[in-house]
Amino acid sequence: MSGSSCGRNPPPFPENEDQEAELDTRVLDSDEYDDEGEDIFTGARSKPITPTSAPDEGDIFSEEGSYIRTDVHHATNGLHSDEELDLFTEATVELTLTNTTSQGRREIIGPTASACNTTHVPNSILKPSIVTKTMEELEEEESGDQFELNIAVTNPEKIGDGMNAYMSYKVSTQTTLPMFLNKTFTVRRRFSDFLGLYEKMSAKHSLLGCIIPPPPQKSVVGMTKVKVGKEDSSSAEFVEKRRAALERYLQRVVAHPSLLQDPDVREFLERDELPRAVNTQTLSGPGLLKMINRASDAVNKMTIKMNESDNWFESKLQEVENEEQLLRRLHAAVDSLVNHRKELCSNTAVFSKSVAMLGSVEENSALSRALSQLAEVKDKMEQLHQQQAFSDFFILAELLADYVRLLGAVRCCFEQRVKVWQRLQEAQSTLQKKREAEAKLLWANKPEKLQQAKDDINEWESKVSQYERDLERVTCTVRKEVLRFEKEKARDFKQHIMKYLESLLHTQHRLVKCWEAFLPEAKAIA
Amino acid sequence: MEGSSAESALSVSANSIRITDLTQDGDVLMFAITSQKLNSSAGVCVFREHEDFEWLQQSLFSQENVPGLQGIIFPPLPPKALPLQSNMQTKALKQLGFLALGQDWQGYCKALEFYLQQVATHPTLCKCKALDSFLINSESPGKQRGRKGIFNRLSQAVEEMRKESHKDVDNFFQNERNKNTNITALSKIATEKLIDVVMTEQKLALACGHFSTSLHLCVNQDDAAAVAFSKVCLKLSDIIEAVKQNFEKVASNNLTTLGLGLDLESRYQEAEKEMLFRRTCKLIELETVKKSTEKAKANKREVMEEFQKAVEKEFNLISSVAKEEIERFHSSRVNVLKNFLIGWCEQQLNTARECAELYSQHLEACRNMYSE
Repeated sequence: MSGSSCGRNPPPFPENEDQEAELDTRVLDSDEYDDEGEDIFTGARSKPITPTSAPDEGDIFSEEGSYIRTDVHHATNGLHSDEELDLFTEATVELTLTNTTSQGRREIIGPTASACNTTHVPNSILKPSIVTKTMEELEEEESGDQFELNIAVTNPEKIGDGMNAYMSYKVSTQTTLPMFLNKTFTVRRRFSDFLGLYEKMSAKHSLLGCIIPPPPQKSVVGMTKVKVGKEDSSSAEFVEKRRAALERYLQRVVAHPSLLQDPDVREFLERDELPRAVNTQTLSGPGLLKMINRASDAVNKMTIKMNESDNWFESKLQEVENEEQLLRRLHAAVDSLVNHRKELCSNTAVFSKSVAMLGSVEENSALSRALSQLAEVKDKMEQLHQQQAFSDFFILAELLADYVRLLGAVRCCFEQRVKVWQRLQEAQSTLQKKREAEAKLLWANKPEKLQQAKDDINEWESKVSQYERDLERVTCTVRKEVLRFEKEKARDFKQHIMKYLESLLHTQHRLVKCWEAFLPEAKAIA
Repeated sequence: MEGSSAESALSVSANSIRITDLTQDGDVLMFAITSQKLNSSAGVCVFREHEDFEWLQQSLFSQENVPGLQGIIFPPLPPKALPLQSNMQTKALKQLGFLALGQDWQGYCKALEFYLQQVATHPTLCKCKALDSFLINSESPGKQRGRKGIFNRLSQAVEEMRKESHKDVDNFFQNERNKNTNITALSKIATEKLIDVVMTEQKLALACGHFSTSLHLCVNQDDAAAVAFSKVCLKLSDIIEAVKQNFEKVASNNLTTLGLGLDLESRYQEAEKEMLFRRTCKLIELETVKKSTEKAKANKREVMEEFQKAVEKEFNLISSVAKEEIERFHSSRVNVLKNFLIGWCEQQLNTARECAELYSQHLEACRNMYSE
């Protein structure tokens, strides 16, 4: 780390055990930072997405707002942060830049802090030049250097036998991002690995207010069928459903700018062998702990109510909850659509057979031929219906299901913020108590204990201000995350609707061809 | 009226018979039947209910002085329909099969129309006075039940089934009976399976409707992202609405063409079956009489032989009429099925093309909307 300008680290989160080791050296820096108080780089500091942020923010600023690209700072890699900085000056993961609304930009650039926390000095010095320059930069970058990351989950393979069997999936990555060792690479992962990844990210990022994409759900029934070796279509369908869900899950993870920077994600994609994630099993120690925590969270939710200065959070949360209900209903509607289509498939097949039988006993040869043709046409239609049913399912139903879960994650995000606020409240009340204790000591005139009391107060004062900053940061993050989420959601839905419409059209064209093929046969009956 | 054979068949043109309207009066359905007079340009319109049709059918059955009447394949009359009430759907389905599924009784009217046309174009049946009066008299035939006619619907009594499998003396007829048994069963099954398909299509249309409506609930104008999302939802809603309408049309096409055709074929095969059965019964009667005659004592012998000759004559008449009928039936049914199949294919093709066009337009609109 060079000079003083690199001490611009946000205070570490004490709870973050994972980060403890790496951030140890930073603690001192941050204290130092606190003493320096507000300065022109305060705004720059607010990239609350990553806990491990830029060592060299001063440099970054001079490097024309590359600070926007939050993905640059993965200092937990430990080494060569400077070099990486150089490499990544122009680095963008294209998805980061979808924040194209001016509001979004303003939030990232310059005085985002001012949006969250009114006590900061607005960066009037920096704002005009940096912001405008950065905007131009951004536009250039959007059209220019876009780094890519494509992920595919394929080739499910059953490994092992009996109840210990599991499905192994091939995870292939193709990327131009320099932070990876290669341009294309493949690893094999199993379902518990994906769950493990989620656990790790959740532990690290959710307290910051990030929306962490939830992994696909566990399914005892589905997996048991696969394990037992039932080679029927329902277990094949289950595996396909899961494969697609895992793919979407990973794609969402890497679409999140700060999660992409997480070394755990990189390790997941790159490393050949991952240690088995045992704490993802439901009945393991950590699993049970999770369940208990979830229960206590639920209780907390009911009893705690934040007093908000800004109505935005309350109304947004309400919106999110409403939307979740709506999407659930939509999902049910699509589900019933899918089921009926499947029914149509089987009915068409049965009808086709009955027509074929009629054709076979029919004496008039032309009529007989026409009837067998009819049976074939109906068979083809059955296949078309089948495909359309899959299409309905994978394009629409799974999209809706994913978003129901994602909205749940958004709610979690809001809950995390409440937790941070709670922590602040507790610290404030502790501070109050310490002050009262000091006052008592003063009154009781016990000078020996006074020093201790004063130390205590200092400690708690700093904690309180840290937690205040945390709260601001989380508030900012949550806001940003929610906006990003909503834009992503609209875009996602648009894409899927287009895909769905294309599939409808495709099926319809093939249907037309079927009928066109049959017409001459019908006319040929003499 | 005057002598039977000298009289011209029908005073209206058989091909002009149409059922143009349907009104519901309480539980009773009233059909408006129009036809064109043969020797003038005047049209006739009468109102009939199902009971009147039944009267007509009975009159046809109970004609006198028609040789070999029993050898005629009588055009099948669609069973009586109860006005649709939603909880009666399954009952109606059992009764009417296909004809219960149409939304607006279109199929049922067409089936009745077809029945009348078949009767009117039948070389023997068109001469029946009852038909003329049915089609022309402004007064309905009333509740005249008349004689029950020679025969009723086949019941499945064990007795009957035994008779049905009685071996025939004539190869032609034996073959015909076998074929008929096969086709009757198979066409019935095909009709039922098509009903299943149509019902699923109707369910799909309903499900699409629900989905489309639910999407409307997602509209939310709070902020820019919500507006964008709402637009997407509304677009999807329109698309699903198009899917729904497509299903409705497809189901309706199935009903009014192929469904009707299969149903008609199925009922006609049944009618042929009944005719063949009547002939078989006559055959059994003849064989029984022959045996009795052989066993008869001398004094009764002559009487018996007279009787036997009469029965034999009847039987031969029936057989010859039956043969003609069967040939006529075979040639016409292929034509009928052909027309239905062509009509079905053309309608479905049109619907499919229209639908593809509509999807195409939606896709264009989507692409334009999203590229801005």
